[in-house]
Amino acid sequence: MTIAITALNAHDNPGPGVGVIRSLRESNDFKFRIIGLSYETMEPGAYLHNLVDVTYQVPYPSAGSEPLLERLLYIHSIEKLDLIIPNFDAELKNFIRIAPTLDQRGIKTYLPKVEMLTRLDKLHLYDFCKQHDFPSPKTMLLNSPDKINELEEEFEYPVFVKGTFYEAYKAFNEDQVRTYFSKLSSKWGLPVIIQETVEGTEINIVGLGDGNGQMIGAIPLRKLYITDRGKGWSGVVLSDPALIEYAGKFVESSKWRGGFELELIRTTQDKLMLLEINPRFPAWIYAATAAGQNLPEALVHMALNKSVVPFHEYTPGKMFIRYAWELITDISEFQKFSTQGIL
Amino acid sequence: MKIKKHIAISDSGVIFNGATGDSFSVNPIAGEILNLIKSGDSEDEVKLKLLDKYNVDPDRLDTDLYDYLSHLRQLNLLESEE
Repeated sequence: MTIAITALNAHDNPGPGVGVIRSLRESNDFKFRIIGLSYETMEPGAYLHNLVDVTYQVPYPSAGSEPLLERLLYIHSIEKLDLIIPNFDAELKNFIRIAPTLDQRGIKTYLPKVEMLTRLDKLHLYDFCKQHDFPSPKTMLLNSPDKINELEEEFEYPVFVKGTFYEAYKAFNEDQVRTYFSKLSSKWGLPVIIQETVEGTEINIVGLGDGNGQMIGAIPLRKLYITDRGKGWSGVVLSDPALIEYAGKFVESSKWRGGFELELIRTTQDKLMLLEINPRFPAWIYAATAAGQNLPEALVHMALNKSVVPFHEYTPGKMFIRYAWELITDISEFQKFSTQGIL
Repeated sequence: MKIKKHIAISDSGVIFNGATGDSFSVNPIAGEILNLIKSGDSEDEVKLKLLDKYNVDPDRLDTDLYDYLSHLRQLNLLESEE
C-alpha cells in the first residue's frame, strides 16, 4: 500500500509526520511504501530514507487547493497513491476541499468536515465548550484595539493574548495587551483572542474518532519538559481513566472524524479545562503507539472502510524523550530536492 | 489509610503517580513504609513493624511518621479518609 504523509518537519517545532510514519512502519497488517510530501527543502523527514521512500515537494497551503490537487495528481500518476494523511492544521481545509476529487481518482483520506473544523477552531471553541458543558477558560475575541481598556472589567491580569492561527503571549497589563494585539494582528490577522489564565498542570490527549461519535482510542500524556518555544521535549503516558472518559465525551459531542489532540489544564481543584483542540495527531503520536495504541494504523483501516475494534488497553508510564541528532547527507541530495522537487 | 490507585513504587525508590505523571524519589525507609501501606497495613501496624525492626524511639517515630503521611497527603498520594 502506498501512503503519502505531510509534516516531515522533525525539528525544534516538530510536525507529526515522522511519528505517524514510525507508527505505520510498525503495522502488522500492512506493508507501506511511504511517500513524503514536503513544503520545504530542509524538512528532516525527507532525508530519513529508512522511514520515507521518496519525498515530493508540494505547494504551500497559502497557494490554495487547486495547485495542491494538480501536484498530488502528478505524484499519483507516478506513485499510485492509495491514501494521504495530512498532518498540518494549516493544510487541512485544502485537503478537505479536494478529498472528493482524490477519492474519485482512487486516493482515500480520512478527514473531518470543514464545519467540524470551524466549530472547534480557536475562535469558536469557547462556544462549543459552553454548549457541551466542557469547562474552558473565559475567552473574548477582539476585532479592534478599542475594547482593550475594558478588559479589566471581564478579566483578571495576566491574560493570554493569542493569534488567530498561532502564537500566544502572557500579558500582565493593558499596555502589554496593546503591544501583543498589534504584533499578532499584523502577523496573523483578526480577531485576536484574549483568554483567561488558568493555573494547573497541562495534560494532552491524543485520540481518534470515527465521525459517528465513537472513539477508537485515546492516550493521555503529561509533558515533562517543555522547550522555550512551548514544545514538549519529553512526556509520560498517564493512567487516569477520567481522562479517557473525557476524550470519549468529546468525540461523542463533536462527532469528530480522524485524529485529534486535546490540550487541557488540570487545575489545583482537580477540574479539567479545555484549552485547545488540534485537528490532527500530535508530534508525540509515536509515544501513543509505543504505549499500545497504533492510532495511525487504525486510521488507515478506517479510511479503507474496514471495521476497527476500539482500543481499551494501553501501558501507562511509557515515556518519550526527544533528542537532537545530526543527520548526515550530501549536498547533492539537497540540490536534487531543491531543483527537482523530489528526493 | 490507602495509597491512591495508579501509584507505583519502583525498587529503586521512585514513586510514580500514573494519574498526574509526577515522580518522587524516596529514601529506603520511606519506600518501605509506602510498601507496607500498599500491602494494606494500618498506621498502627506500620508503627509496630517499624518499632520491631528498627531501634527507634516510639515518640520520634510517631512524629516522623505523622510528618511523612501528611506529606504524602499533601502530594495527593493517599486516598482522602471519609
